[in-house]
Amino acid sequence: MSILDFAGASQTTVSFVTNYGHRLYSDDFVRQLDQVFTPLPVGANGAGFFENQANPALVSDFLAMALSFEDASFDGALVWDSLQFLASPLLQTVVARLHRMLRPGASLLALFNTEERIESVPTFAYRIQDHRTIQMVSRSHRRPAQIFNNRSLEKLFQDFHSVKFFLTRDRLREVIVRR
Amino acid sequence: MWNRRKEEEPPPPKPVSAPPPKSEPVPVKEGIPMSSLPSRPTDTRTEVVRGGAAVIGKSVILKGQIYGREDLTIDGDVEGTVELQEHRLTVGPNGKVVATIKAREIVVLGTVQGNIETREKIEIRKDAKVVGDIRTARIVIEDGAYFKGSIDIVRAEAPKPAAVPKPQPVAVAASGSPAAAASAGDTKR
Repeated sequence: MSILDFAGASQTTVSFVTNYGHRLYSDDFVRQLDQVFTPLPVGANGAGFFENQANPALVSDFLAMALSFEDASFDGALVWDSLQFLASPLLQTVVARLHRMLRPGASLLALFNTEERIESVPTFAYRIQDHRTIQMVSRSHRRPAQIFNNRSLEKLFQDFHSVKFFLTRDRLREVIVRR
Repeated sequence: MWNRRKEEEPPPPKPVSAPPPKSEPVPVKEGIPMSSLPSRPTDTRTEVVRGGAAVIGKSVILKGQIYGREDLTIDGDVEGTVELQEHRLTVGPNGKVVATIKAREIVVLGTVQGNIETREKIEIRKDAKVVGDIRTARIVIEDGAYFKGSIDIVRAEAPKPAAVPKPQPVAVAASGSPAAAASAGDTKR
């Protein structure tokens, strides 16, 4: 199987996935977002960051850099909490790309903060330690583009076959989507 | 102890029976391990001068194809292809390599862009940056390293040594069985 991981490469995840004989494609999606959309000079916590996500030239740069895969390339995608930092037009584009990149029956895991009215949320590097443990390594705080509820998530993933929600202890909504 | 030696180089049968003659007066040939060509022991002079690994210094910019039969350290800019099938490539902290790379083992401390194939292992050290697809038997990624690309773990194939072991039984018979048996086991690993 081919697995896409947006958390950035870590030894534990690489070992976990490859020990099962799977192929892992690793990228730090949030870092790519920052690279392309963070305005220069860098504003405090990305002033202009979301505005830049509406800039067609930057969007096409970003898609070429982060999501240039052939259709049906992956059997699973670990996007973790990265989608909540995408503003609306880009968010839909990225989800549509993910839909194309996944094979029918493939699963996608995404996390969203459940708190409303938050200015910034903690971000983490997620690492799979074993089949029941995910290590969350703190990275920074950043402002999400929007707050998601079950209904908005269902709408976001409407082209997928099914969407399941789980509430975790860490004020995160875990979403498992099947292509 | 023997394992490591073997990982470094495959000087065919001799190492097996080499442990006893540690202090033997064979220093001239001891310089040879850098060479991957057992059939060319006369090259000793040039290899010895190198001292183990060739180095592309940090002020060097090189474009083209590199084929090597010794370990190589790149601390400059290289663009093209790098092939060191039986040897180790180290990309130093100042190294910037835009190339397809094939080597026995690779250690990256700098930047690599391109597909990488190693027979044994790749290490991506802290602060290193690697963009490209990797095929390897083992991978080590330190915290703080950046990697973008796919990782295919290829289980090591065993058939290659078939040609090398031939002389072993002869050496084994001559030198005694226990050590030989142990080292034969090591070789298979």
